[in-house]
Amino acid sequence: MTRSLDATDVDDLAVGAWILGTGGGGNPYLNHLNVQQIAATGTQFELIDPQELDDDAQVAVVSTMGAPLVMQERLQDARDVARVVEIMGEYLGSSFDAVMATEIGGSNAFQPLMAAAHLGLPIVDADAMGRAYPEAQMTSFAIGGLQPWPLALVDPRGVEAVITNVPTWKWMERTSRALTIETGSMAATCKAPRSGAEVKRWGVANSMSFAIQLGARVREARAAHEDPVAAICVAAEGELIFTGKIIDVDRRTTGGFLRGTAKLDGLDEYSGYHVELDFQNEWLVARLGDRVIATVPHLICLLDATSGEAIGTETARYGQRVALMGITAPPLFLSPAGLNYVGPRAMGYDLEPVDPCP
Amino acid sequence: MRRIGIDVGGTNTDGALLDGVEVVETIKTPTTNDVLSGIQKVLEGLSHHDIGAVVIGTTQFTNAVVQRSQLNQVGFLRIGLPAGRSLPPLVGWPPDLAEVVRGKTFMVRGGIEYDGRPFEELDESAVIEAAHQFADLGINAIVIAGSFSPIDTRQEDRAAEIIAEYHPKAQITVSHRLGQLGLLERENAAGLNACLLELAGSVISAFASAIDQIGFGSGTRLFLTQNNGTLLQVEEAAKYPVLTFASGPTNSMRGAAALGGVTDGLVVDVGGTTADFGAIVSGYPRQANAAVEVGGVRTLFQLPDVLSIGLGGGSQIHLNPLRLGPNSVGQRLTTEALAFGGSVQTLTDAAIAAGILKIDGTSRPDLPNADEILAHAATIIAGGADRMKLSSNEVPLIAVGGGAFAVSDTMQGITEVVRPRYGDTANAIGAALAEVSGGVDRVFQGMGHDAAVAEAIQIATEDAVASGADPSLVEVIEVEDLPIAYLPGDARRVRARVVGPLK
Repeated sequence: MTRSLDATDVDDLAVGAWILGTGGGGNPYLNHLNVQQIAATGTQFELIDPQELDDDAQVAVVSTMGAPLVMQERLQDARDVARVVEIMGEYLGSSFDAVMATEIGGSNAFQPLMAAAHLGLPIVDADAMGRAYPEAQMTSFAIGGLQPWPLALVDPRGVEAVITNVPTWKWMERTSRALTIETGSMAATCKAPRSGAEVKRWGVANSMSFAIQLGARVREARAAHEDPVAAICVAAEGELIFTGKIIDVDRRTTGGFLRGTAKLDGLDEYSGYHVELDFQNEWLVARLGDRVIATVPHLICLLDATSGEAIGTETARYGQRVALMGITAPPLFLSPAGLNYVGPRAMGYDLEPVDPCP
Repeated sequence: MRRIGIDVGGTNTDGALLDGVEVVETIKTPTTNDVLSGIQKVLEGLSHHDIGAVVIGTTQFTNAVVQRSQLNQVGFLRIGLPAGRSLPPLVGWPPDLAEVVRGKTFMVRGGIEYDGRPFEELDESAVIEAAHQFADLGINAIVIAGSFSPIDTRQEDRAAEIIAEYHPKAQITVSHRLGQLGLLERENAAGLNACLLELAGSVISAFASAIDQIGFGSGTRLFLTQNNGTLLQVEEAAKYPVLTFASGPTNSMRGAAALGGVTDGLVVDVGGTTADFGAIVSGYPRQANAAVEVGGVRTLFQLPDVLSIGLGGGSQIHLNPLRLGPNSVGQRLTTEALAFGGSVQTLTDAAIAAGILKIDGTSRPDLPNADEILAHAATIIAGGADRMKLSSNEVPLIAVGGGAFAVSDTMQGITEVVRPRYGDTANAIGAALAEVSGGVDRVFQGMGHDAAVAEAIQIATEDAVASGADPSLVEVIEVEDLPIAYLPGDARRVRARVVGPLK
């Protein structure tokens, strides 16, 4: 099914993608603003179901790598995202039929819209994470053992690069990360192109319409003066696992990542209980007292208890009143190969994965 | 030293005369449309001898933005190309406000990297061209905002020099003076500031002449209060009116804390329509979260964390089932409430009926379930207090405002409910008690953490003393040390802020 996205869908995507960012992925505010400017000129965005792709269709997979703080100062131009797709097309000597997101969680959800607007291409309703993850190789395509190269990269000055070959997905992360850091920690990238068949087999299907739907439920609940958190839980088939207030956030930056722990004190029915949330860009592990109640790859979403708005690991502050929601990860990420890329041990925790939803 | 504090609110203009920390006199008058005559009335109502300072907290600048009135046009110079072209200055502003404020916008090559290296060199010829055009168009209020300017201010400062040279009438707001990292939010704050400059010039000279007319003498200094609860010298306020935003709630909380003798605890200000809760940490209001919208514009101002609940003295009582508010008779309490001969049952009526509140010239209304209504109100307020608390430790609660009768004397998690005398003018008292701040935010090189922090505190203290603080009573309230990779010689950005009472 193909549908066009209107201004309300774009606004809903900003809210839903931030929830699926599970604390990371960067607040979509600036990319949302970019897409609003483009939409105001009458540009249409076409969203197509992955099942409608021809097996030999060529799909460009886009995301911007870097530090959210740099994005807030550098203000990415939507044309850079279109440009990196063009560079990949020039390298391959062929053109693309559609663009898709690498990462639906956070600001990267808007990258395919930014590219599509300037290229006149449709957007595939899918991504390769179903949420946000800290590293570029943590994708369903890597789990599927697909080819990690080539990758095109462009910085805001016009430094353009193509990485033509790497031995592993991890090497693609390392080399593209090094280029990104050297050019100022913000670079638009076009990942290894995917065929329609690969997207259908390995993509996280319908994740963009899912994000839009989450945002729509929040908007409707607020308009009806109903509880947005409850509405999100229903729409996401998620589980409310704790409500409380943030009493401490300990942050440190190591190896280019934001790591730390947030401590929550229970409120209402959780009064007297305490939760600790570990993060590396995203929320990774939740503990109730000594007991682990949720881990990656399952989605741990921290929401403002009143507005339902997602709270990022960078902006969580003491005193905020919050609701903690868990969502079960798609089965692909729970397979042995999946856990190898995105399970607790891949993030440095000697833990079995714990599903927050009973 | 004797000081007068004045708080100009939406409904009332309050004044308080303090000798040291002792309250000598207070006064309350309705806020007038011109603001100034209300201030004059307050000044006339208080004694005048030996006044060292008059401190004014005002909502005028916030209101001008919210109402889109009395704003001047602004010219924007963004330093950051070739990045950022698709998000120009004023993007994301409400269209009606952007239309009023938009003079002319330029984006020029330049900017800084996160590690302090230049992103691009500043395009000085483009800045000269912008200066000529601003001058030709008669746009005097100019914003200069460059990427990562808080890390290295030199490009913004250089652009300001150039514009001043080619456009001598320019009044320039450089973004690094107003903010933290986040280019759009910092540029927005600078834009809000710049569009208020003409109003600020006239308001502040009117304040000064009001003080002159009263005849305090040359020993009386005039200050405004800023959103962090500290003093802003009038010369600074004329350049940075945006710093006065939201000083009202800050003054109210600081005044309540001082009156209640509490440095850590909760404050509730129960007015006619809402009960506003805040938390006091080390004598200052706890700050709210990151992005704050002012008049629909996204900024990163540090504003106090306030929880507002729709319950006040004028809240209407609904029966079967029992509900209070959120509608309120507000300022019309003295004409519409039962006890004043009106027809609306309000929370104030319940308090008079139950005998816990006496107001001259009212009759005791017949409300058989008054006790039940008051218990319900007390429960709602206790819930608000619990939501503002940060830990399960018991803390004191200071109750101020005309509706403070609705706060129960005992509630769970609260050590005691403090009801200070003069609580109804806590905002003016908070203004009078505002302290002098001093700050520094710059890159230090060739020294370790300890030495850099010590030097930053020294500079901040000298800054505060130069603004009138008592050097023996200056306290450090904020220190942040951010190591900067890639710059040679152990570079770090240190931010420090100190406060102290006026000498």
